[in-house]
Amino acid sequence: MPLAANMTSVPVVIDEEKCIAHKGCTVCVDVCPLDVLAIDMLKGKAFMKYDECWYCMPCETDCPTDAVTVSIPYLLR
Amino acid sequence: MNTIEHEVDVLVVGGGTAGPMAAVKAKERNPQLKVMLLEKANVKRSGAISMGMDGLNNAVVPGHATPEQYVKEITTANDGVVNQATVYAYAKNSYRTIEELDRWGVKFEKDETGDYAMRKVHHIGTYVLPMPEGHHMKKVLYRQLKQKRVEVTNRVIATRVLLDENGAAAGVMGFDCRSGDFVVIRAKAVILCCGAAGRLGLPTSGYLFGTYENPTNAGDGYAMAYHAGAELANLECYQINPLIKDYNGPSCAYVTGPFGGYTANNKGERFIECDYWSGQMMMEFYNELQSGNGPVFLKMNHLAEETIATIEHILHTNERPSRGRFHEGRGTDYREKMVEMHISEIGFCSGHSASGVWINERGETSVKGLYSAGDMAAVPHNYMLGAFTYGWFCGENAADYIAETYPDSAKPVIDQAQIDAEFARVGAPLLRTDGLPPSQVEYKLRRLVNDYLQPPKVTRKMEIGLDRIAQVRADMEQMCASNPHELMRCMEVYHIADCAEMAARASLFRKESRWGLYHYRVDYPQRNDAEWFVHCHLRKSAEGEMEHIKRPIEPYVVELDDHEKTAYDRLRVVRQPVAA
Repeated sequence: MPLAANMTSVPVVIDEEKCIAHKGCTVCVDVCPLDVLAIDMLKGKAFMKYDECWYCMPCETDCPTDAVTVSIPYLLR
Repeated sequence: MNTIEHEVDVLVVGGGTAGPMAAVKAKERNPQLKVMLLEKANVKRSGAISMGMDGLNNAVVPGHATPEQYVKEITTANDGVVNQATVYAYAKNSYRTIEELDRWGVKFEKDETGDYAMRKVHHIGTYVLPMPEGHHMKKVLYRQLKQKRVEVTNRVIATRVLLDENGAAAGVMGFDCRSGDFVVIRAKAVILCCGAAGRLGLPTSGYLFGTYENPTNAGDGYAMAYHAGAELANLECYQINPLIKDYNGPSCAYVTGPFGGYTANNKGERFIECDYWSGQMMMEFYNELQSGNGPVFLKMNHLAEETIATIEHILHTNERPSRGRFHEGRGTDYREKMVEMHISEIGFCSGHSASGVWINERGETSVKGLYSAGDMAAVPHNYMLGAFTYGWFCGENAADYIAETYPDSAKPVIDQAQIDAEFARVGAPLLRTDGLPPSQVEYKLRRLVNDYLQPPKVTRKMEIGLDRIAQVRADMEQMCASNPHELMRCMEVYHIADCAEMAARASLFRKESRWGLYHYRVDYPQRNDAEWFVHCHLRKSAEGEMEHIKRPIEPYVVELDDHEKTAYDRLRVVRQPVAA
């Protein structure tokens, strides 16, 4: 099916300096209720794959290195 | 798609609030049973209380309230249409649940003597117990699951209940939203704890996931129970909440009320006597918004600094902690500005309202071997503590049911045809290479819910809504998923469509107005006790259509006098004329 490339502002931002997904950490991906986070296997970093966020914050709270920041989705802000 | 099969004794679907309690209590009742807790997310952070809870909203604590008083309050708040036996069973066991949670390590607010620090929020009685440190709730539950050796399966989306040859529940079918595997779990009893139907209406922000309820709770449980043949009750009694505008989370008057905060109009004046959520309260809220006195606000800017700091600590670390971040972005400081509020999108939820799968005081649905608890089970205003209490009932009763029904090594007999049919239905979107993306179908469906189904309910609009929903149902057969995550969204769209149709049909059936704004029918604006003081149930007919049943009100266990019956009709503040 056709794919249209749209820019989007994602609510969950990962600080790649701090993210330790390359060491095998998947905490943020594990705890997300909507399953919207994933690990970029090439970079070894977590990222927001689907813009389906409830801004509920377990990803940020449970991250062992404080690499995750949840902001309010732009449409609500 | 590969098929993965499991076989257990008790299968609990949903690992939020009621589910973990049900699983633990089934295991305590009979440690020999194999108990599985199935969760579409991860039980560590799933459900409505993923970040904890800031208080108990319906605690019946000796010395502060009696079960009989509580039953009266909930009966009145629901305009009399309640199965009192279910509310009474909750109320009598409410304190036992609090004590159990206390033993497990949940921290409740206590006064200097060690008693629970109860607060008054309801119109008549005192039922609110704050939990300023309630953010650790999910950790406490997870520890119990591990201790009791409950088997946990995460990231599996249940789509249908399996039925045996006698029509009794015998497991569920679903799929793994990571691997895409089709999953069949055979069980002797099934407990559905799948939360509210929180993705029914579209939030005014237009953001599909900016809902009041955790959006994983898409109405899966309502749809599964319906297709299993269970009766659903009070679906016309929608959930509609007064929330922080755009953020769409609680503002939260239950926390701030006891500290002196209140709901105010644009003049900063109080217009309702009580902030406890009810249909009658929502009607006054709606009237104020429409009257020119709106917007409506939560007012705290008259409170002392220490009080506001305490409120901020509770609200910004619990339940929906991103509230603080939202207010910061808007430049809203509780000390200076009032918080703008609005009416939420519609949903089903018996935790706050009354719409759910019908259950009795044992947690049994009308399908044998199928139990339900929590937001999706129709015990009015049951909240978190009701979810725990009914989870407890369901776990124990399901364990007993298995002992009676399946002696020795007897097992339910399941026809393979229903498994093959569900395999084909679930797998279809993955096989299509062109069609419609689930996000667009969902957006359209939920936009139609707003356009045609939300109150004030107009007969002609409801009828158009049903036609349009039927058209979207046809579109759903073209939905396309390029991976298991998108497949999860596709199957949720099916659940949402079922709930939308149930909402419209149940609303059309009850030809009167009741429960304030929740069921305000413009064509029948008056309450009509002569014809409609009844329970309205909805179920799937033998022909596969939605059918309605009128049932007489279950006998009251606690009688109310006339003054008590009308207490919730007197919510609007009456201003006394000031003498010149």
